[in-house]
Amino acid sequence: MQKIGVFVCHCGSNIAATVDVKKVVEMALLEQGVVHAEDYPYMCSEAGQSRIAAAIAEKGLTGIVVCSCSPRMHEATFRKAAERAGLNPYMVEIANIREHCSWIHKDMAEATEKATILMRAAVAKVHLNAPLQAGESMVTKRALVIGGGIAGIQTAIDIADAGYKVDIVEKTPSIGGRMSQLDKTFPTLDCSACILTPKMVEAAAHENITIHTYSEVEKVSGFVGNFTVDIRKKARYVDIAKCTGCGVCQEKCPSKKIPNEFNRGLNNRSAIYTPFAQAIPNVPVIDTTACIKFKTGKCGVCEKVCQAGAINYKQQDEIITENYGAIVVATGFDTIKLDQYGEYAYGQSKDVITSLELERVMNAAGPTKGHLERLSDGKAPKEIVFIQCVGSRCSDDRGKPYCSKICCMYTAKHAMLIRDKYPDTNVTVFYIDVRTPGKNFDEFYRRAVEDYGVNYIKGQVGKVIPQPDGSLLVQGVDLLDQKQILKKADMVVLATAIEPNTDVRKIATMLTASIDTNNFLTEAHPKLRPVESPTAGVFLSGVCQGPKDIPETVAQAGAAAVKVIGLLAKDKLKTNPCTAQSDELLCNGCSQCANVCPYGAITYETKLINDHGIREDRRVAVVNSALCQGCGACTVTCPSGAMDLKGFSNRQILAEVDAICR
Amino acid sequence: MNKQAELIKQISGVNPLKCMKCGKCSASCPSYNEMDIKPHQFVSYVINEDIEALTASKSLYKCLSCFACVERCPRGVKPGKLIDAARQVVIRQRGQEYLSPDEIPALLDEETPQQLLMSAFRKYRR
Repeated sequence: MQKIGVFVCHCGSNIAATVDVKKVVEMALLEQGVVHAEDYPYMCSEAGQSRIAAAIAEKGLTGIVVCSCSPRMHEATFRKAAERAGLNPYMVEIANIREHCSWIHKDMAEATEKATILMRAAVAKVHLNAPLQAGESMVTKRALVIGGGIAGIQTAIDIADAGYKVDIVEKTPSIGGRMSQLDKTFPTLDCSACILTPKMVEAAAHENITIHTYSEVEKVSGFVGNFTVDIRKKARYVDIAKCTGCGVCQEKCPSKKIPNEFNRGLNNRSAIYTPFAQAIPNVPVIDTTACIKFKTGKCGVCEKVCQAGAINYKQQDEIITENYGAIVVATGFDTIKLDQYGEYAYGQSKDVITSLELERVMNAAGPTKGHLERLSDGKAPKEIVFIQCVGSRCSDDRGKPYCSKICCMYTAKHAMLIRDKYPDTNVTVFYIDVRTPGKNFDEFYRRAVEDYGVNYIKGQVGKVIPQPDGSLLVQGVDLLDQKQILKKADMVVLATAIEPNTDVRKIATMLTASIDTNNFLTEAHPKLRPVESPTAGVFLSGVCQGPKDIPETVAQAGAAAVKVIGLLAKDKLKTNPCTAQSDELLCNGCSQCANVCPYGAITYETKLINDHGIREDRRVAVVNSALCQGCGACTVTCPSGAMDLKGFSNRQILAEVDAICR
Repeated sequence: MNKQAELIKQISGVNPLKCMKCGKCSASCPSYNEMDIKPHQFVSYVINEDIEALTASKSLYKCLSCFACVERCPRGVKPGKLIDAARQVVIRQRGQEYLSPDEIPALLDEETPQQLLMSAFRKYRR
């Protein structure tokens, strides 16, 4: 028989304003096995924890129930307190009478009744709790970073500087990511490449960093501290060790009509290419879908001109398997497709472009060599209209419900740069709200208006109508002046919403990391654990977690690195003892549990079973407790009730249900 | 609570509080200059329950029912639906002139959106 103590927390007024805590204490004392019950304003405080410890010592408690906030908040706190007082931490149960009760109810009598029932269920469970011992697992002191943009690069450098090995896996031929496509950065207007390339070089030269470009994560297994990852190194058809990066192959390649991804398809590249001049590694890849040699077997020009003999048409994809202790996702973003926004005439007119395309147009290495010109006829635009929130803040199915966060600032940047370099060009910005929180951000936007004469209009554009003379007629509204505007423009720039990289779903599935309805990776806690995924050992860096600008991305990248370092610094990890176990006498070997297990923790073996005197060989499920994460999928799937989760056994859960229904 | 404002919300199925005042409706509207109450203002008239002014507005009859605002509204507020609901409120107040079902087939053709037909009736059958 357990001797149970019940501790009811007021949580200031969070609970006590809606739940009669004294009444809950009174009711607790009526429960079988409850030998102690008390309430306290802040049970999680030092004083509150001391009261728990004192009661454990004085009354010889064998189990405790804390009626307080969600176990996600303070279960660990109370488990530690119990452990310090000599109680097994798994003899602690939390009755969530805050999130599940006081916060969602108004009527005190009803809330008190519900709190009492929740307390009763927890007491019923503790009666069946058994002490559990956490096991230990080793930590592989090496980290994997998926994505080689500024987020991934910064995370890798920070981890490597702490003395741990890091691998970066980047799917494109070079690291650098989205930031390498930007011309200038706000609010300082420094050149993006000038601040990024030194970081790229630092990562490439770092003795602790290995970079796998043109590579993709193929398979992930294992768990925190012990991940095993298959990486597909796609065939470049160019030997990295031999190539000198002279670039002759790219000049001589006769297949030159392939849309250049790096320049957002605004000009063409050759079939053998490096995405940009400062690419790391500065080794080209052959695009086999465009290469004449691969398509017809005839050509081989690159092989002939390569002095280093680096071209190898026979190269194959290679799959390497590595072990990691931690994985950081830094997969970044792309702009949304604008197929559904016919009213802006994107796709109809070459002079309607996205802001990311404008970055390439403004960049000296871009399709126009940095000259601001119309892509239709090469003429200098005299009238430019920027449209904000294209696809952002939309609750319809065309766009995204969130604010993309970076658009207000980059639009102010573009407007300012254009007015500075081309003072004859008029710039108009249609906005819904100008959102510029951030250090020196609002000052930056005001400079665009006050010092550079950018015309900001509160209102939206209804449609953009391409005219026979090649200009664009923009129909918009000025809500403050209460008038509809018809404006002739030479160029229209769309502040297109950003969305997580399309690969992120695949990667999240492999990592069993959760994603939200917009495909952003979910944090373990939105405020208190913003760089960790709820999946242990998986960390988040950059826009894959939510829209953010470069300074925020770099800050988050560093934060993710700190969490990884904290993990890798440990030699061993305590494992969760609440894992599944199979009752061999009940198991019929049907394999259903193995099919639903997301962690590959269940295998089968044939062994001699003594079933009440009947000795026979049976195929039974075996759980690898190091792999099991305690999700419980197997326990609800098992048709014979053989699978059970330690700490959450079927008996315990039924006891809770019985207590609630009593 | 204003009954007519509730009625307009009910008929239109629109929650005007979803409006973020971007102005895309007024930017899209081909009849903007003809209207005394502008499309983006329909929303605030319903929110502020100023239905008398809304139903007296000539905008009800200047709206072409092109539904550009309905198509393009990023928040699903659809001012065109609000104004169509306001028209219905006017008709119900008069308590007359409903379209007889027998008349409908003759009026249908493949090209005309049925919704347009409906609002045309509400506008011109006085």
